[in-house]
Amino acid sequence: MKRALTLLATLAIVLAVPAVDAGDGAFKSGVFDPPSAAPDFQLQGSNGAPVVLSKFRGKVVAVAFGFTYCERICPVTLANLSQVFRQLGAAAADVQVIFVSVDPDRDTPDRLREHLQSFNPSFLGATGRKMQIDAVRQAYGVFAEKAVSENKKLGYAVHHSSSIFLIDREGKLRVLVPFGRSPQAILNDVNLLLKR
Amino acid sequence: MSAARRFRWPLFVFAALVLGPMTWAAATPVRFDSREELFEIPKGTWARRMAGEKIEILPQEIRLVAGERDILVLRNRDDVPQIFGPALMMPGQSFRLPFESAAEYQFACTAHASGQMTVIVSEALTSPWARLVWRAGKILKRAKWLEQGG
Repeated sequence: MKRALTLLATLAIVLAVPAVDAGDGAFKSGVFDPPSAAPDFQLQGSNGAPVVLSKFRGKVVAVAFGFTYCERICPVTLANLSQVFRQLGAAAADVQVIFVSVDPDRDTPDRLREHLQSFNPSFLGATGRKMQIDAVRQAYGVFAEKAVSENKKLGYAVHHSSSIFLIDREGKLRVLVPFGRSPQAILNDVNLLLKR
Repeated sequence: MSAARRFRWPLFVFAALVLGPMTWAAATPVRFDSREELFEIPKGTWARRMAGEKIEILPQEIRLVAGERDILVLRNRDDVPQIFGPALMMPGQSFRLPFESAAEYQFACTAHASGQMTVIVSEALTSPWARLVWRAGKILKRAKWLEQGG
C-alpha cells in the first residue's frame, strides 16, 4: 500500500510539470560524437525470455540501470519514461525501455515484471547473475555499490549512476540523459532519434 | 592640515584602483567567444596514470552561465576509453551536454576522488551584481590555478 502511494505521488509530481514545446531540432541531453555501437548484452528478461539488446535493432531503445527497491531515483526515472511513452502515442511502438537491475540478488524476473507493470506494461526488466550484470554495467560506465539504506526494512540500498542511455535504430549509443532532465526533454530526444 | 585634506589623495587613489575596476566589472557586459566550455583528456593520460602520476582534468566544480555559456563539452583524446564526468567515452569521442536552466547539477563521476562532479549553472549575467560576482569568481579561480603551479 505504502509503495503504491509512493508510486502514485511520484507520478503526480511528474505529471504536474507543465507541458512545453518538445522539439526545436537539437538534443536536450548529452550527445556522443561520433556515436559508438551500444555494448550488446543478453540477460534474463522480466517477460520470461532472454533480453538481447541487438534484437531491438530498428527501434529506439532507452536503457536505464536501477533496482526495484530504490525509493528516490528509479521511480522518478521510470515515471518520466512512462510519461514519455504516453506522449509518444502510436510512435511508442518503435521505442523499447529496458530496465537493467543493479541488484540481481533481489530483483528476480517476476519482481521486475510486477514493478514495471505499474509504469508501463511494455517496459522490460533485465536481470542475471552478478557477474553478468557487472559486465554490462562496466561496458556502459555505470557505477553501482551496495550501501546502508535509510529505510531499515529494505535491508540495503544500491548507490548507482542514474542516467538513461538512448540507443538509435541502428544500435548506436547516441544520447545520455542525466537524472533530473524533464520528460519533455527526454521526449524531444526520443523523437529526434525516431526521425533518423 | 585638516584630516579631510590629508586623506584626499589616498582616497582618490583607492577609488581609482578599487572602485574603478569594480564599476567597470559591474557595468561591462560579459561576452563569451562560444557557448561551449571544453575539457579534454589529452593523449597519453591513461599511460601517465598507470605510471603513478596523479592527473586531475575535470575540476570538482564546473561553473556555467545559462543562455550564454551553457554547454559542457568533454573530449577524450586518449587511446583508451575513459570515464569522464557522467559518460564513458571512447577514444576520439566527444560528449556535448547542454544545460537549459540555472541550477546545481550533481553527477556520479569515478574520475574524481569524491566520486562526484558538480556543475553549477548560474542565471544569465544581466545584472551588474551578477557580472561583478562572476568576474570576481574568475579572478579567484585564476589565482587558485596559479597557486597550484599553473
